[in-house]
Amino acid sequence: MSRRVAVTGLGMVCALGGNVDEARKALFSGRPGIGPVTLVNPDLLKIRNGAEARAFNPDAHFEAKEQQLLDRFAQLALAAAAEAIADAGLTFTGGLGARTAIVTGTSAAGQTTVDDASVELYRHNAPRLNPLTIPRTMSNAAASHISMKYGIAGPAWTVSTACSSSNHAIGQAFWMVRHGLADCAIAGGSEAPFNLGFLKSWEAMRVLSPDTCRPFSKERKGLILGEGAGFLVIEPLEAARARGASILGEIAGFGMSADAHHITMPSPEGAAAAMRAALENAGLPPEAIGYINAHGTGTSANDPTETQAIRAAFGPAADRLAVSSTKSMHGHALGAAGALEAVATILALRDGILPPTANFLSPDPECDLDVIPNQPRAARVEAALSNSFAFGGLNAVLVFKAPAAP
Amino acid sequence: MPTQLTERVIKILTETQHLDPGRVTAESTFEELGIDSLDGINIVFALENEFGIDIPDDSLPELRSVQDIAAGIEKLLAGKGEG
Repeated sequence: MSRRVAVTGLGMVCALGGNVDEARKALFSGRPGIGPVTLVNPDLLKIRNGAEARAFNPDAHFEAKEQQLLDRFAQLALAAAAEAIADAGLTFTGGLGARTAIVTGTSAAGQTTVDDASVELYRHNAPRLNPLTIPRTMSNAAASHISMKYGIAGPAWTVSTACSSSNHAIGQAFWMVRHGLADCAIAGGSEAPFNLGFLKSWEAMRVLSPDTCRPFSKERKGLILGEGAGFLVIEPLEAARARGASILGEIAGFGMSADAHHITMPSPEGAAAAMRAALENAGLPPEAIGYINAHGTGTSANDPTETQAIRAAFGPAADRLAVSSTKSMHGHALGAAGALEAVATILALRDGILPPTANFLSPDPECDLDVIPNQPRAARVEAALSNSFAFGGLNAVLVFKAPAAP
Repeated sequence: MPTQLTERVIKILTETQHLDPGRVTAESTFEELGIDSLDGINIVFALENEFGIDIPDDSLPELRSVQDIAAGIEKLLAGKGEG
């Protein structure tokens, strides 16, 4: 069985806003959400800036008792999933709950809870820890809470492949629906990286920018960490049409690869292989793609490597592509990156506006693509790619299509 | 004869990279020792602890040999003395 797969619900919380509409306005005006770190004592940090989800107010979403049970990564996930499910207008009664899948991505999961527990244990010599430490910390907490809240009882699991987590999650959910293993899926990811232990670990990698994120720009100095969550509701296109749902776009293909190269340095061959696999899975030639939401971290290593990979996968068609990195605005949300970028890409296709690469200063000959510097661009594009490449060389690429005419 | 500072740099490179004693000399480069970027940040971490200094992120690409490191550390230590 192979079915076309429609996106019928979107949800998003990130540095660009507390919901899809707020984030869309920022994306389409090229307005970054990067600012001073406030969630961790800045006196203890070398970095100054991050992309915190400042519009997110846990009290607006959860009772105090619920919050006790939820690490911030699960709170963000539940908020974005709630928006996506409301957007889709679905209730999971009449057997649909048992045929709906949940696939979530996260890299660090409940690290903030672990960090807090470490302070209690090693600094305050606490003889015992909060009994909710394990249920708050576990990587599958977001998937489980979404399942319980909505009575969704089909296949549910969590993927953790560092910065590719969400794309791997959405891709597997897409295949489940396409091939009839599920009739609906809630897919996306979340990340809450702002705790001292995790930030110091990232500082030690020496890939964080001292000021802002300037992907593909000659002046780029590294990535800006971001937090947030993005979720999609997907279902067979025919079923979505039959129930009169509004079709926001389609997922058309998914491709994966492993670099088999180095634990932190990317390889153009691996990234190109994932893009080719995604195109093949979508049954589309390179010429059919008009836009790529790039991995575009703004590090010295990623951007030239990704440029080479795009050129290798697209050949001459690379010069007719528009490519941007929305990480320049919402930061690098690690395990949630693919989910935020999936939402951005679907909105771009639906609304005919391509989000820019913000904070761009001057071109780098090693990143010689049309990277939509600073200004959003009005352009009707039929199909787009969204790239995610992870430390460890695990690559995942999604292909999206604009909503088809009825 | 390598200076005392160079000897300490050689010792750190030998230890962090688990190289045979004697393999690293004052003239060694990262390239001939097979040191990549991830090894590089590990070495810089050990140097910061050994010398009690902070090596800025943007100086990393310039550190490609034992001599580069020794010269860089000398400069940082001099700055520290003045400060």
